[in-house]
Amino acid sequence: MRAHAALAVLAVVLLALPWFAGSYALSVATLILYFAYTGQAWNVMMGFAGQLSLGHAVYVGVGGYAAGALFFHYGVGPWAGLWLAILLCVALGLVIGFLAFRFGISGVYFALLTIAFAEFTRIGFDHLDWLGGPGGMFLKVAQRDSIDLLNFRGPPAMYYYAILALTAGAFALCFLLLKSRAGYYWQAIRENEEAAQALGINTFRWKMLAVAISSAMTAVSGVFFAFYYNNLFPEQIFHISRSIEIILGPIIGGVGTLFGPILGAVVLTVLSDGITEGLAALGWEIPGIKQVFYGIVLLAVIMFLPNGIWPALARRLGLHK
Amino acid sequence: MSLDLVANVVIAGVLTGLVYGLMALGLSVIFGVVRVVNFAHGEMMTIAMYATTVLFAALKLDPFLCILPVAAAFFVFGYAMQVGLVNPFITRPEHSQFMLLVAVAIIMVNALLMIFGPDARNVQVDYQLESFEIGKILIDKARLYSAGAAVLAALGLFAFFRYSLIGKAIRACADNYLGARVVGLDVKRLYALTFGLGSLCVAVAGCAMVLLVDVTPALGPAYTLLAFVIVIVGGLGSMGGALLGGVLIGVSEALAGLFIVPSAKSMFSFGLLILVLLFRPQGLLGRK
Repeated sequence: MRAHAALAVLAVVLLALPWFAGSYALSVATLILYFAYTGQAWNVMMGFAGQLSLGHAVYVGVGGYAAGALFFHYGVGPWAGLWLAILLCVALGLVIGFLAFRFGISGVYFALLTIAFAEFTRIGFDHLDWLGGPGGMFLKVAQRDSIDLLNFRGPPAMYYYAILALTAGAFALCFLLLKSRAGYYWQAIRENEEAAQALGINTFRWKMLAVAISSAMTAVSGVFFAFYYNNLFPEQIFHISRSIEIILGPIIGGVGTLFGPILGAVVLTVLSDGITEGLAALGWEIPGIKQVFYGIVLLAVIMFLPNGIWPALARRLGLHK
Repeated sequence: MSLDLVANVVIAGVLTGLVYGLMALGLSVIFGVVRVVNFAHGEMMTIAMYATTVLFAALKLDPFLCILPVAAAFFVFGYAMQVGLVNPFITRPEHSQFMLLVAVAIIMVNALLMIFGPDARNVQVDYQLESFEIGKILIDKARLYSAGAAVLAALGLFAFFRYSLIGKAIRACADNYLGARVVGLDVKRLYALTFGLGSLCVAVAGCAMVLLVDVTPALGPAYTLLAFVIVIVGGLGSMGGALLGGVLIGVSEALAGLFIVPSAKSMFSFGLLILVLLFRPQGLLGRK
């Protein structure tokens, strides 16, 4: 009951945020939600089905470039581009998944295969002049104060509501997935794949489903990224540090939990901004110092809360699970 | 394009590849025994390279003489890292180990950035500009010496694992963890020694590599990926495979730089990695 009340209060605060938050706070909130959503997408594959992907930036990049290129070259808005992005990313995910699962690649090797695909794609995009190559692709920015829903152009609050809706939708979807047949099969595969197989679960098919859902969700986050930031560089969007950024949130928050990716995104973004502010206040503005502190906090969390923050917090709050 | 040019490029690729191979050997040894993938491997390599530039600038110490102090320091550092950080994570899931070493890597890259700034550093010795001429083939002296140091270090490590009692004990841990404990081996200490030895390989490779390329903090993550590619191609856990993989990647990078655009060179490495993972996941020299 208390948990429901807390959720209701949170929902009201989130919905009303653009009215009382300044533009900086709104951009931080948008960033948090972006990472919460993308982390939730990754969590379907790793947290639910136990397949460690370290190359999720490839779906953000391909999704972003697909919708971005349609808009850039043909003026087609993201509502059509979204479907192209999802189509391409699911196809790519299924190719990677098919190759890996058919050839029996798992664990560390699967993780390295996903890195290899992401890096391969990054360097490939660097040499695709049609998409701007290393110089990047820039989407036209129209009037910031009028809302053009058709082309997904508008003020920051519009993007905030869009990503809020996506995050809420992803949360609901993951909630339903976990309660569905697929969710139970995935968890069986995650805990012990051979046992799951022995029980008659077609592990190949269910793992492919997890990859398809995860890559489709991540494609949407790529489209959002493209139209929110309006610029795409292969060096940035596909880089392994982006893949790491995506998965830090869910790992810090709690892999396989519903609230983990959201909590992790909040903690990491607030931490990162807090460190920046704190160091600026102290006048210590040496390049790299912020990331050193960030790394030390990551190290501390992973050492002392191996299952992430959410499971420990939920136990403390007396929420079961 | 003349055949001599291709031959020159291939020889340079082989020699650089041997240094890559030694770096990857460190990763392979650590994974083969401790079963933890060191995601901070390339970052450690850049630390060794920076240490060499500092010793060179301060004491005018030749990079090959720097190997002794740097390798000793790295052995101690690797030992301490295994005891302090990695040992508690041995039984944790892979993503947890991954996070631990990624955090270490983030700290390392940015600590280097804080101390040395983003600009490239190097060492300058006279033999970097000299070369041996055999007919129309030119071999850079610095590159040849670097490859020689890498091969010597790798041979030393092979001999250690084959003939010394501690080396045999470490191999026993890798082959059969439970069996090693049953016969009374101190597995945790042997793991720490292994991490120390893997770090030592990186240190030697770093001292040699600084003669061939300029070092920046951003090189760290790139070397980590390179080391992964090499050990997977050669066979994760196989010592000879790491050297073979290093040479293959060195040559393919050199040839890609010659025939296609240099910036596309690592695309071939990753392409090769994908093919090997799919068709020979245990690597070229790995055992099933």
